[in-house]
Amino acid sequence: MNHWSFVAAAYVVAVGGTVALLLWAYVTMRRAEAAADELKRK
Amino acid sequence: MHRFANPARFLKLARTATAWLFVLGLLLTGIGLIGGLGFTPPDYLQGETVRIMYVHVPSAWLGMGGWTGIAIASIAQLVWRHPLAAVAGRALAPAGAVFAAICLITGSIWGRPTWGTWWEWDGRLTSMLILFFLYLGYIALAEAERERGGEGRIAALFGLIGAINLPIIHYSVTWWRTLHQAQSFGTEGSAIDPSILWPLPLATLGISCLFGAAVLMRMRAELAETKMEARMRRAAAE
Repeated sequence: MNHWSFVAAAYVVAVGGTVALLLWAYVTMRRAEAAADELKRK
Repeated sequence: MHRFANPARFLKLARTATAWLFVLGLLLTGIGLIGGLGFTPPDYLQGETVRIMYVHVPSAWLGMGGWTGIAIASIAQLVWRHPLAAVAGRALAPAGAVFAAICLITGSIWGRPTWGTWWEWDGRLTSMLILFFLYLGYIALAEAERERGGEGRIAALFGLIGAINLPIIHYSVTWWRTLHQAQSFGTEGSAIDPSILWPLPLATLGISCLFGAAVLMRMRAELAETKMEARMRRAAAE
């Protein structure tokens, strides 16, 4: 197998993992902060 | 450190810091990775696979850095009972686990064309795998303790004991010379040629900023959840 296939696979794992972590952290933060604000307003 | 013991003060700072870390992280990571992929020569021995270093090394650094943060948070919780310490530990664990996993997978992908094997029970690889399992254990323990209404002291103890693995990972390539190469950076400088090295600090700093942004977002989520739980408990008691 060509060396670039290994490089591409490693970058997909690294970039994909980092993006997934950031997205999960952002979505859970927005959801929790929105729910806390909603409860405060009630 | 006690200046940030007030969650409201911490949140105010965290909101600004999250955005800055995210933007700076994207910029530096972009320059580092594009530079590493397109503007550095292939290595004379490893060929193009040397480019895996620009994602593998920062992941290894953050996998270990995450647990160093957990150990510091554990001390802050056990010694000073800092109110944000348990929150910080719980926020650091998933981010550290993700980067420990990225380090293991990218290292394995690099190992196949370079060493001729995906995996070897070498000192560095095995101690890094143990770190990944320690993260999973910490996440499970901290979550269980939180559900029980505990202060997170057992998780903090686990965080401190787990830190024993950090020097083992660091010195594994010196103590057990098997497959993983020795340290490339030391007090005498770097063993890597500057033409290949330059994107590495940029990528490391950039990915560290993104790691910091993710941890701050998780801390904000944890604090919002805690606030909500406290409010619901108060409402139920009235």
